[in-house]
Amino acid sequence: MAMASAQTNVRAPARWQDYLQLLKPRVMSLVIFTALTGLVCAGAPMNPILAAVAILCIAVGAGASAALNMWFDADIDAKMRRTRGRPVPAGKVQGADALGLGVTLSLLSVMMMGVATNWLAAGLLAFTILFYAVVYTMWLKRWTAQNIVIGGLAGALPPVIGWAAATGTAPLNAWLLCAIIFMWTPPHFWALSLYTSEDYAKAGVPMMPVVKGAKSTRAQILAYSLLLIPVCVAPAFTGLGGPVYLAVSALGGLVFLLLAWRLFRSQAGEAADPRNDDGLYDVRAGARDARNLFAFSILYLALLFATLLGEHLAGLKPLELL
Amino acid sequence: MSDPNREDEDFAKARRGRNIAIAIGLVVFIVLVYVVTVVRMGANVIDRPI
Repeated sequence: MAMASAQTNVRAPARWQDYLQLLKPRVMSLVIFTALTGLVCAGAPMNPILAAVAILCIAVGAGASAALNMWFDADIDAKMRRTRGRPVPAGKVQGADALGLGVTLSLLSVMMMGVATNWLAAGLLAFTILFYAVVYTMWLKRWTAQNIVIGGLAGALPPVIGWAAATGTAPLNAWLLCAIIFMWTPPHFWALSLYTSEDYAKAGVPMMPVVKGAKSTRAQILAYSLLLIPVCVAPAFTGLGGPVYLAVSALGGLVFLLLAWRLFRSQAGEAADPRNDDGLYDVRAGARDARNLFAFSILYLALLFATLLGEHLAGLKPLELL
Repeated sequence: MSDPNREDEDFAKARRGRNIAIAIGLVVFIVLVYVVTVVRMGANVIDRPI
């Protein structure tokens, strides 16, 4: 189990930077970005100090769930090249300390969110932490190939929490932002897993290419991409996005679909050559298409949220085409 | 063989860094609670009937 391996491994004294590493600062910065977009798009007047505290709470909550994930997953993290350097499997931080940090920060962030904004936002934050740490990490991740599809809800909720923090409500447009990230998650992670599936197989994590094979994964990536693009364009029709958003989401969506189609037609994930085992992200035969979609998916999501944020900050009128 | 004195130094340095980080975290938390309380209650305290 994760706890056992983590506790017997500790060699060097833990530094504060190791504890910071437990919070996955890069993921925290993405969460801040999407939560801020939700908060700004809500369009409600909010005290800037309380808004900053709300965003801080969401970021700390995300960090707390990451620490809980690293505590529980230390055993499989130790088997994968991408994750073996994390503080717990690397023996820098004890598993119990990661657990303690995760639980403490979870409680503090949820309570502070409730006091600073409202209890709907605090409840949504608590749900998100629990969903990621318990439902995804402890249950889905090791059990089903649909792990990142269902688990993706945790990563999709921050804009709804931001919206709820500003208004005390979670209307359809807030859930539309959630739906964009939710539908974006499968093609994004499956594209990555097409060229890292050996690592997942070694750790016994049932990622889609490991369980169903590369061909089925490529077909599912295409199917999810076809569903994703209408969801991404939808905010232009619901009073959330403006003309710039419509252009960015539609044009970017076409590029996304083109890359998904190319990936579907490629051999990505099938031609892994065991002799060519130098690095995790080596581009093997056909995997270039998977890497292209993975990279563009990050850019597309960032552009969508940045455009929405920019339009609302600039006071650009939404289209309301419906 | 590693030098035990050097190891003690490393542990002490790491512990000092952690203690400072915890202290900063606590101070930030206390300031946050204070500021949030003032912002949430501020106007109401001034407007209350005397």
